[in-house]
Amino acid sequence: MTLTFEDFPVGRFGTFGPRHVSRDEIIAFASEFDPQPMHLDEEVAKRSMLRGLSGSGWHLCSLMMRMMFDGYIGRTASLGSPGVDEVRWLSPLRPGDELMLDVDVAAARVSRSRPETGIVTFALRVRNASGQVLLEAVSPIIIKRRAGPAARS
Amino acid sequence: MVRYFEDMKVGEHRDLGSFTFTAELIKTFASQFDPQPFHLDEEEGRKSLFGGLAASGWHIASVWMKLAVADGQREAAEAAARGEKPAMWGPSPGFRDLRWLKPVLAGDIISYASDVESLRASRSRPEWGVMQTRNTGTNQRGELVFSFLASVFVRRRSPLD
Repeated sequence: MTLTFEDFPVGRFGTFGPRHVSRDEIIAFASEFDPQPMHLDEEVAKRSMLRGLSGSGWHLCSLMMRMMFDGYIGRTASLGSPGVDEVRWLSPLRPGDELMLDVDVAAARVSRSRPETGIVTFALRVRNASGQVLLEAVSPIIIKRRAGPAARS
Repeated sequence: MVRYFEDMKVGEHRDLGSFTFTAELIKTFASQFDPQPFHLDEEEGRKSLFGGLAASGWHIASVWMKLAVADGQREAAEAAARGEKPAMWGPSPGFRDLRWLKPVLAGDIISYASDVESLRASRSRPEWGVMQTRNTGTNQRGELVFSFLASVFVRRRSPLD
């Protein structure tokens, strides 16, 4: 069954994963979108602030998107997102990481301009197998409301 | 942006270049990271709020990074040609206020730019400063489609006392 706005009450929504991230994936993404030495070259990376090869922050965001899709967006009546309020990159993404995604609904409201839809604001946290938090984000998504009289109030 | 913290100035503007989002590139990125129907299929895109095959927002953001790195590499090469030693970028602690203002549809050409919005010393890391930039993407019709406020660590020429 497709999830709609009503299926996202404020509070804990769920935990998704694990998603394994390989060195090859990290280097492939960085080569295309973020070819800085700290994401490509082990030796340079060792001397960087992050002390070792790390994935691009945009790769981590994109992986979070895929984990959201596999976890719930893929079966949600999602109409897209207007943006991301905040992303904090707290620890580096490393080759071999097993990512877990914790999802909370921080806020949910009916759209004023499109009353047949609602805006669900998610608080997202990506952590690795040892529990280290890699990323925290706050991001709204536009989701269809269930058809029928209840959706027309 | 491969200069030292002390050399950066608030209000400084850089054009980062432009990028064409072809249907093929949109689908390739989406199939890997964001396989929602409106990012994968023309017909589904037309039926959606986007009104056509639309690039994933994370694709739009990742291409900003691609062009920003390319711009930095050009700047570094110019500095090296003048006999200067360019600074290396540090990592980013994150970003705020990212907005996908209008859809980026197949065939759209997006021009990216970056403006220095603030500069502050890092208390915890005396060898680094933190620079905030407002980054934007504008389509071929001059419409603002993408905007966000980035933070990045920038190396200081001389550490803070």
